[in-house]
Formats: sequence, structure tokens, C-alpha cells
Amino acid sequence: MYKLSGKVKLISIILIVIGALGIGYGFLTAPSTLDEAKEILAAEHSGHGGSHEAESSHSKEAEGHHSEMNAEGHSAHGEQAAETHHSEEAHGEDHHSEHVLHQLQTKPWAATFVAGFFFLMIALGVLAFYAIQYVAQVGWSPVLFRVMEGITSYVLPGSIIVLLIVLFAGEHFYPWQNHELVAEDKILQGKSGYLNFPFFVIRAIIYVIGWNLYRYFAVRNSRALATASNYGPYKKNFKYSVFFLLFFILTESMMAWDWFMSMTPHWYSTLFAWYIFATMIVSALTVIAITTIILKKAGYLPFVNDSHLHDVAKFMFGFSVFWTYLWFGQFMLIWYANIPEEVTYFTIRIQEYNLLFFGMLVINFVFPILILMNSDFKRIPWFVIIAGCFILVGHYIDVYLLVMPSTVGLHWSFGVTEIAAVLFFLGLFMLVVGSGLGKAPLKIKNNPFLKESENYHY
Amino acid sequence: MSSHYEAPIREPLVTGEKSYHDVTLDVVAPVEGKANKSWWLVFSIALVAFLWGLGCIIYTVSTGIGSWGLNKTIGWAWDITNFVWWVGIGHAGTLISAVLLLFRQKWRMAVNRSAEAMTIFAVVQAGLFPIIHMGRPWLAYWVLPIPNQFGSLWVNFNSPLLWDVFAISTYLSVSLVFWWTGLLPDFAMIRDRATKPFQKKIYSILSFGWSGRAKDWQRFEEVSLVLAGLATPLVLSVHTIVSFDFATSLVPGWHSTIFPPYFVAGAIFSGFAMVQTLLIIMRKVINLENYITILHIEYMNKVIILTGGIVTVAYVTEYFIGWYSGISYENYTYLSFGAATGAYAWAFWALITCNFIVPLTLWVKKLRRNIFWTFIVALVINIGMWFERFDIIVLCLSKGRTPSSWAMFSPTFIDIGTFVGTIGFFFVLFLLYARTFPVIAQAEVKSILKSSGDKYKRLREEHGD
Repeated sequence: MYKLSGKVKLISIILIVIGALGIGYGFLTAPSTLDEAKEILAAEHSGHGGSHEAESSHSKEAEGHHSEMNAEGHSAHGEQAAETHHSEEAHGEDHHSEHVLHQLQTKPWAATFVAGFFFLMIALGVLAFYAIQYVAQVGWSPVLFRVMEGITSYVLPGSIIVLLIVLFAGEHFYPWQNHELVAEDKILQGKSGYLNFPFFVIRAIIYVIGWNLYRYFAVRNSRALATASNYGPYKKNFKYSVFFLLFFILTESMMAWDWFMSMTPHWYSTLFAWYIFATMIVSALTVIAITTIILKKAGYLPFVNDSHLHDVAKFMFGFSVFWTYLWFGQFMLIWYANIPEEVTYFTIRIQEYNLLFFGMLVINFVFPILILMNSDFKRIPWFVIIAGCFILVGHYIDVYLLVMPSTVGLHWSFGVTEIAAVLFFLGLFMLVVGSGLGKAPLKIKNNPFLKESENYHY
Repeated sequence: MSSHYEAPIREPLVTGEKSYHDVTLDVVAPVEGKANKSWWLVFSIALVAFLWGLGCIIYTVSTGIGSWGLNKTIGWAWDITNFVWWVGIGHAGTLISAVLLLFRQKWRMAVNRSAEAMTIFAVVQAGLFPIIHMGRPWLAYWVLPIPNQFGSLWVNFNSPLLWDVFAISTYLSVSLVFWWTGLLPDFAMIRDRATKPFQKKIYSILSFGWSGRAKDWQRFEEVSLVLAGLATPLVLSVHTIVSFDFATSLVPGWHSTIFPPYFVAGAIFSGFAMVQTLLIIMRKVINLENYITILHIEYMNKVIILTGGIVTVAYVTEYFIGWYSGISYENYTYLSFGAATGAYAWAFWALITCNFIVPLTLWVKKLRRNIFWTFIVALVINIGMWFERFDIIVLCLSKGRTPSSWAMFSPTFIDIGTFVGTIGFFFVLFLLYARTFPVIAQAEVKSILKSSGDKYKRLREEHGD
């Protein structure tokens, strides 16, 4: 029986406290007036290049501003673009500053959301993988079920926090919640049947309830199986998992449209939801591997052998490639057709986030494929840990790139708030998962495939 | 994996108390026996269809593409529909042999050989269309980047049609090698049993001197695994590239980023339907019911449910994003309100009925274990997936951005004849295969006999693990 050690508990609480302070700092230092925003900008400029031609940096700013507007899809629509452009010049500096102020105020929200969703998506991905294991009647993985169940205990707190963020972020994330903007935007009016606040809230609540219900019943059945005299709870879990997966593929798609795609409400891509799923599942597998390695090292999983690790690592490898496939599919098709409405999404990412955008590709694809190609390497814990660290960092950047360009635009940075948010959710994740792992013995009982799994050698 | 233990909850994959020798006898029976009347009858029908199709192709090439029903608006119709349909069918073979190998699915062993054969014969049919739909097919070799006397005039590597050339040709060659490697031990088995000198000679050549030493087996398994690892991304990329033919364009309804995975899922969906169609007949005709059991059929139905579900989610996504985009042109695409009510409404509803509604019945356990019903559903899916490609291609082209160029398409008998011809050709090849090749990978089935055969499962139950 695993028990969260006092040391780990202490560390995670420290992380949570530091993180909370940092996030609070981020919200407090966000500018509330135009003058403050201007000051911050001025400080940023002098920080960037000193006196190095304030003029040119300003014009770059303005240029960037246009590309942001593109990102929101304004310029895509002919006349409207000209109008926007025109009105910008007319309003001049003030309009520009207002926009900047808005983005600066969004920064702490976005930082919290990126980290919050990153950890939620890990737990959710594990939940989906766990359901797949049941549905596919997998013979090798049952010894890891308790590890997976432990990780999914984060689904409840994680999903509630993320739910609160998306509900309260309002116009910080979702321009379509701004009634003035919608009033003058025909396209957004057309979408208001889907993109309206009450419906958005209802949908979000349904997703979160659905995911948590499955997690609750699956774990309950899995624990009941240990004392059951027949396979009843197992069969129930099989059924629940089938229907959960059905529910999950639909809600995951809609979640991706709601929470991410509607940040740039003019932009759309049909692949988008599956792409986010790929990010989710590969991060989840990585965390399963890392948690298993840590617990095994500490002596809690004597029944897990290197063949099990090998299999998880293979999945990490395979889904890294799968993620890249979807990334490329989406990117290449939009790049190739170069339709103005669509291409704006990548324009801002390539122009303003260049290193991150392509660096992520190296981290998420090139490293895993090189490290995890060799069969022997997949059985060596520290190799898998190294590959896992790359994958997690890479997919954090992936989520960062989903959110930041669409919300804070040019004014992105990786500073106190972003780091604090990661620390906060990391601490929470460690605490919740750690105590979740301690809720039941790490070795399952009575699963019909347990013996296959224990004797598994590849 | 190597152990003979298997969870008792798993149903046996080989029934009928078979021993190793029984497996051999059952597999070689059609090869060593003589064809009966019904084989000759079906073969003749297929051959006639093939020859008829050949006539249509010759007529097209010598007269011109104008003999087809294409018009200035709809430049692609049955030709590319059939091409994508055949390529899609081919994908199940590689899925069964490669992806299911990676996932260590033991049930694949009874179906992989025929599924791979199906792949190869289907890709051959598919490969005809890119050539015959050309206006000047005799210049087809210009698609290859070969140094030449036109100042070394090269192809443009930006076209997905060129990627198709590489994808299909690579796919065919890798599938062929993968298939043939797996055949070596089985050909060797037939060679060793052959009594007639001619047969002995032929199978000695085909089996490349396979002698089944431990070292050979070890390398054989490694090669299979590497090829499976390569064939898996290949199978995904091939249909992805086929989908790029549409998705890279600017045509509303074609330009959609979900096409790559959606086409792949559709390919597996239709491919498995075709495997079901063929195997349900084959297991009956050559008495393989103990190897291709009802469990195999159920498993394949589950794959159909899964991929059909993925395809359905893609339909919903396409439909939703078409509306969500707020672009008026999207209202005439193959999955839109306009399509559901327009001139091609019958094609739209054929797609929905065949690919979504009818396959839903497989969720019922009784129905997915019902061979007759499975056969019907598989046929319906084959038709539905043909309609999916027809809808994507023709519906989206028929109502483009300029209303003055809106048009309808109706095929000529040459369009139809060519398609029928490819079906005939496919069955000619498949029927010949079924009489001369070991249709079940006996070497592989023997490797699971002791873990998954009903006899051994019973023995384990009686005497403990």
C-alpha cells in the first residue's frame, strides 16, 4: 500500500503556495488603466533594446497589431478589413493602447489556463487510455491500472478549476462574449446559435460531469472487483468504458471547439479537436510511464517489469509520431491552400512565436523518435524519463501556443506568472495524485487478465 | 507473448480440436485439390467482366476521355471515386497485417493472408485509374523524375497527384514484399508436400529455399516486425496523401484539415467491410470455419464499429464546421444542409444510411455475431463508402463558387463498364489466389494453436495452467 510521504506532501504544498503567490502577483500587477499599460510597454521596449530606436519598435508593434487582428479574422473579410484598418488609423494611439491593455490584462488568465489545462489534459488522457485498456481487453496493462486510477484522481479538481477559468475568463479569452463586438460582426452573429454564453456554460458543465462520473464509477468498480466473487464489476467497467469512449470523442471535440477554437472565433479547422486529443494522449502516456518508474524505483510495484515499461514507451513513441502527423496535416493543408481566413492562425504563430513554434516540433517529434526508436532504450528507466521530460515540455509549449497567440498576442512572455502557474498546478497534481495512489493497494485483484499481465514478457 | 498461458476468459481462436497436422491439411486442401464447377462459373463471370472493362479502357484511351460522363465543371467523377474506393479497400489488409501485429492481436493470424492479398489486388485496380483517367496516358512516364532530353525537364513536387504516384507505388511494393515474406514458410510447406513434379518445381521457386532453421525464424520475425513498423506509417500516409488530392485544393468541401485522418479511418472502415465480404464466403467455400470463426467476424465487426464511429464523428465535424465557418459556399458541400436537400440529396442520404445508420446495428451483439447480417452490413458499407467518395468528389464540384458553372454529372456506360471491369479483374485475381496460395498463414496459426486452440484451452482447464 502506497502512502504519500510527508516530504512529497510538504514539497507539493510549498509549490502550491509559491504558485498561488505568483499567480496572485500576476493578477495584481496586470495594468488596470491605459496609462499603466503604456508604462509597461515603455519599460518593455527599453528592456528589449534600450534606446534602440523606439520608433521602429513602435512600428513593429503596430504591424504586429495588424497580424493579431488577422488572427481574429477581421482582415479576412474584404470591406470590413479596410474599415477596421481605417478606424484604427483614425482612432490612432488610444485604440491601439486599449487593445494592448486588454491583452496585458489577459496575461495572468492565459498563464493560469495553459498550466491548468495542461495538467487536466494529462489526467483526462489517462482516463481515456484507461477506458481503452478495458474496451480492448488488454492483457499486458492491468498491473498498471491502479497507477492510472491514481493519476485520474486529478480529473475532479483539475476539471473544476479549468471549468471555472473558462467560465470566468469571459472576454479575456472569448471575444464572442463581447456584445458590442458581436453587434458589428455579421460572422459572429451567424455563430451565435452555438457561441452564446448560456449554451457554452451548459456544454462545459456536461463535459465535466460526464468525465467525472465515468472516473467515479470506473474506479469504484475496479476496487469492488478486488473483493468480488465474480467478474461482475469488471463486466460493468467494460460497458461503462465503451460508452465513456463514445461520450469522450464527442465531448473532447466540442471541448476543443469551445475552449480553444472559439478564442479566435473567425478561425476554424476541422482537424483541431483531434489534434488536441493527440497532445492529450501522448502527455498522458508519458506521465503514466514516469509515475510507474518512480513508484517502481521506490519499491511499490514489484510486479511491474521492464516489458511493461517497454510497452508504455512504445505508445509514447507511437503517439508522438501520431501527434506530429496531425500537426503536419493541419499545418500543411492550411499553408498549402493559403486561404486568408485560415492562414492567419499560423501567421501570428510563425511571425511572433517562431522559435517556440518550430522548436516544439523538434522537442515533440525529433527527440522522442531518436531516443525511443531503439528497443533496448525503451526498457531503461532513465532513457524513458529523459524522453518523457522532452515530451512534457514540448506539449506544455503546444498548449501554450494554442492559447497565447489567440489571447495575449504579441505580449507573450514566460515570466513569473507563467512559471508560478506551472508550479501551482504541479504541486496540486502531485498532492492529488499522490493521495489518490494511496487510496487502494497498488496491485489489483481478480481482474481476468491479471495473470497474463503479471507474466507478461515481450 | 511467448508463453502458452492465456486468460481463460478469452474465447478460442481455433476450434475443432485441431492439431498442427490438421492445420496443414486444411490449408493445403484447396491448393492440392481441383476446382469445382462453381469456381469455374464465378471465375468465368469475373473474367468476362474484366474483359468487358478492358474493352472500355481501350475504347477510352483510343477515343478520348470525352467518352466518359465528365464535363467542364466536374472533371473528376467515377474515375477518382473508384480510385479512392479501391485504395481504401486495400488499407484493411495492411491494417490487419501490420497494425494488428504491432498490437499483438492473435486473431489477425487467420485473416491476414487474405486481407493482404486483397490489399494487393485492390491497389492494382486503384493503380489503373490514375493512368486511364489521363488525357494522354502514353505520356504517363512524364510523372517520374527521370533525367531527359528536354534540358532535364522535371516534375513539380508540389502536387499531391505526384505524391500519389510515390505513395501508391511504394505502398504496392512494400505490401507485396511484406506479403511474400510471410508466404515463404507456407510455400515451403506446400513444396514439401507436393507429389507432382511440376507443382514441386513451382513451389520450390516461390518459397526461395526456405528451410525453417531457428536463425531463419528469428530473422523472419524481426523482418516482420520492422516491416509492420514501416507499413503502419505507410498505410496512414498513403491514404493521407490520397486525401491531400482534395484537401489541398480551394474547393469548398474539399479544403478541410480533417481529411487526412478521416480518410484513413474511412479506408479501414471500407477495407474491413470488404474483408468481411470476402472471408464470409471463403470460410464457407473452402471449409475454414474452424479458423475464421464467429469470433473473428465479431472482432472485425468491432473494428468496423470503431472506424465507422470515427468516420461519423468526422461527418459531424464537417457538417458542424461547415455551418460554423459562416461561409456561404460551404452550404453546397457534400455534408451540408444544401446537399441534404439539393439535387444530389439521394447521394447524401445514401451516404448517411449506408455508413451511419446500417452499421449502427452492429452495436447489438446478436447481430454482429450473425454471419448473414454481417455480410449484408459489409456489402452496404462497401456501397456507402463508394458513395462517400462520390459525394465528396462530385457534390462538391457540382456547385462551386460560380453559379454559372454549376452542373450535374451522369456517368456513361463506359464509366460504369470500367468500374465493373475492375471488380471483375479483382475477382479474377482473388479467385486465382484462393486456388494456388495458402489462404491462411498456417505457420502463424500454428504459433497460437497451443495458447488459443480450443483443445488446449480445454486441457488447461482440466489440468490447470
